[in-house]
Amino acid sequence: MAGSTILPTLGIIDQLPLLTIAVPLVAGPLCVLFGNKHIAWVLAFVASLISFLFSAHMLLQVLDGDVLSYHLGGWAPPLGIEYRVDAANAFVLFLISGISTVILPYARKSVEHEIKKVSHTLFYCCYLLCFTGLLGVVVTGDAFNVFVFLEISSLSTYVLIAMGAERDRRALTSAYDYLILGTIGATFFVIGIGFLYIATGTLNMADLAVRLAGMEGNRTVQAGFAFIVVGMGLKAAIYPLHLWLPSAYTYASSVVTVFLAATATKAAIYVLLRFMFSVFQPEFVFETHILTFIIMPLAILAMFAASLIAAFQTDLKRLLAYSSVAQVGYMILGIGLATKISLSATIIHLFNHGITKAVLFMVVGAFVMQKGSSFAKNLNGLGKQMPWTCAAFVIGGLSLIGVPGTAGFISKWLLIDAALEEDLWWLALLIVMSSLLAVVYVWKIVEVLYMKQPEEGSVIGEVSISMLIPMWILTIACIYFGLNTELTLTSANVAADGLLGGGAQ
Amino acid sequence: MRHHLLLRVITKLLVGPIILFALYVQFHGDYSPGGGFQAGVIFAVAFILFGIVFGLTKVKQVFPPWIVHKLAALGVLIYAGTGIYSLMLGSTFLNYGAFTPAHPEHGQHWGILIVELGVGITVAAVMVAIYYAFAARPPVINDEEW
Amino acid sequence: MTSEFILGHLNYWLFIVLMMIGFYIVVARGNYIKKIVGLNVFQVSVFMFYISIGKVEGGTAPIFPLDMNIDPDVVYSNPLPHVLILTAIVVGIATTSLGLALIVRIREEFGTIEEDEILEIESKLQAKENSAEGPSMGGRA
Repeated sequence: MAGSTILPTLGIIDQLPLLTIAVPLVAGPLCVLFGNKHIAWVLAFVASLISFLFSAHMLLQVLDGDVLSYHLGGWAPPLGIEYRVDAANAFVLFLISGISTVILPYARKSVEHEIKKVSHTLFYCCYLLCFTGLLGVVVTGDAFNVFVFLEISSLSTYVLIAMGAERDRRALTSAYDYLILGTIGATFFVIGIGFLYIATGTLNMADLAVRLAGMEGNRTVQAGFAFIVVGMGLKAAIYPLHLWLPSAYTYASSVVTVFLAATATKAAIYVLLRFMFSVFQPEFVFETHILTFIIMPLAILAMFAASLIAAFQTDLKRLLAYSSVAQVGYMILGIGLATKISLSATIIHLFNHGITKAVLFMVVGAFVMQKGSSFAKNLNGLGKQMPWTCAAFVIGGLSLIGVPGTAGFISKWLLIDAALEEDLWWLALLIVMSSLLAVVYVWKIVEVLYMKQPEEGSVIGEVSISMLIPMWILTIACIYFGLNTELTLTSANVAADGLLGGGAQ
Repeated sequence: MRHHLLLRVITKLLVGPIILFALYVQFHGDYSPGGGFQAGVIFAVAFILFGIVFGLTKVKQVFPPWIVHKLAALGVLIYAGTGIYSLMLGSTFLNYGAFTPAHPEHGQHWGILIVELGVGITVAAVMVAIYYAFAARPPVINDEEW
Repeated sequence: MTSEFILGHLNYWLFIVLMMIGFYIVVARGNYIKKIVGLNVFQVSVFMFYISIGKVEGGTAPIFPLDMNIDPDVVYSNPLPHVLILTAIVVGIATTSLGLALIVRIREEFGTIEEDEILEIESKLQAKENSAEGPSMGGRA
């Protein structure tokens, strides 16, 4: 039974895996209970900060390859639900909670501007639930629990996107589209889990990994794998499954876009990594085939097609959304190569792209705030009027391209390294070429911001300091993680080791 | 609704037993099939039936929307609070055994009752909230669409 | 293809048929409410699949007698898939009601819930944007 007569007494450090998600989970309903938008914001910020501190502490704990295991309700795994934190998920937790903590101060002004007053409390409640869901997806070691948290985050995401209807009614239809596709994706994921459960009789990921070993000929397992990859692929917006993403990011309000772009697809990519490399062993023949003949070509297609579409956009938000699809391509490419270096590249790109995209979308949010539009045509010559905001865009853009000295460079360098290690020089060449496409669309915006003359008589000032500081914290992070790679590289390497070395044992 | 005497009388007769049955399903859930989800929905049905027969304004007087919303949040807090309480006792989240260390089974009994109460409150409140949300928005229906 | 293969996997066949019906409705119907209905059928097929795999032949309800005198000969069905699906059903309800709520809002804003009419309105909006802000690629896709 759950409670034996002797109960071990746990300190707060042992509770960290749970507290990281429990704090925002409690803060969400508290927002509604207080029913005041100022208190709601404070609650959201404090909860997110606490989660951030906890996940930073966990990251430091697991950097030497340790695994934290937390048994919910005292039921030991594999029977009970286990929260299992190793370097891979601690790193993603660190990213998600860090981004959330930084963007909440930014959110205050932006939300006031873009969302009607009555919904502010509910906005922060949904935000916290979405945050909880994303953290939960990452922290849990139970396959079905992933689905539950995934749906918590997805359902609140649909609401958050639909709240953008204040600015543009198309937010509603894009939220609806995302709801249909997202539900199909999540249901596919559940079917996959069901197949694995039939074959193995367990739901715990570590236990699944042990029991799946040697079952590679099993059709049920193969079908389960396919369902899981497609289901999660929808959530991660892998190229042909990305259709929900551009509209959702374009019509959602700025803060929501920043948050989703920096975290939501990242959590899905993490789940893909976890299932492809620790639950299923990469030695499974069918998996190697899928990686080489399906995932890799799709990744390359994403890198080029999405970048190309991005280059032809006039709306900055839509442009950056397509760029996100392209960047997911790089992460998927790392998964497709399936070597230790390429997995490090995926994990590190997940992090670097998270902060880079957050900066860029925050800048666009600032434009929407001051100029009321995110279309390139309306942003002529803003470089002089909003110097700090535009400078942040330039640095973020450089990081997106992968210029040395920025965070984006490190991940692309690792990816090229991984390709060369496998003697795929053409792949390395393709990565460089697709980066050139990023130059095209980033330059297009920089040209608008700096080379064009501002409209006659327009007086546009800088955004308030409470929006600039978060923006610049992340901008500096873009540079910092490009110069000092100790934290990111170590985490990514340990994480890749953990994933490939069978997080099973 | 003035004319539907039968409907009005029967609804008035039914609402009480429905709520009573909901409470039975709620608190008997650990001995027989039942629990918070089912009880919550049955509980909400009483109010939805009342709303359908007597109209939205009447049911909103009985169960005002702002209370519904607060209750939905409160239920989640009861659930999570039970878990947090077991954390504070130095055990894992939702380990009810920790409530009464000398006799864990008692703690488990209490724990599941409280947690299911939280579930029940949230489910009932959410169901009523969904009904309010949809019923409060009369659609504009054109003549030819009938 | 023996009859045993067909009859022995009856629950899987039903699951596949139901799933495909639901999936087809989602893809082929233009009415937003019908799409939600299709999504529901699709989800229900998965619930059915889970519930059927929890059944153990000759098994009874997995509830121990109150006095805890467990007869080792009694076979119990597997309760775990049922519990999982209870969660999934709740998620399904939340998805359905959220989808319907979105439809109500869409109807208020667009005046229709037919996909082709909404696409038409959206492409007009897009065309207006294109003429104001310069041509762009992609549209709703």
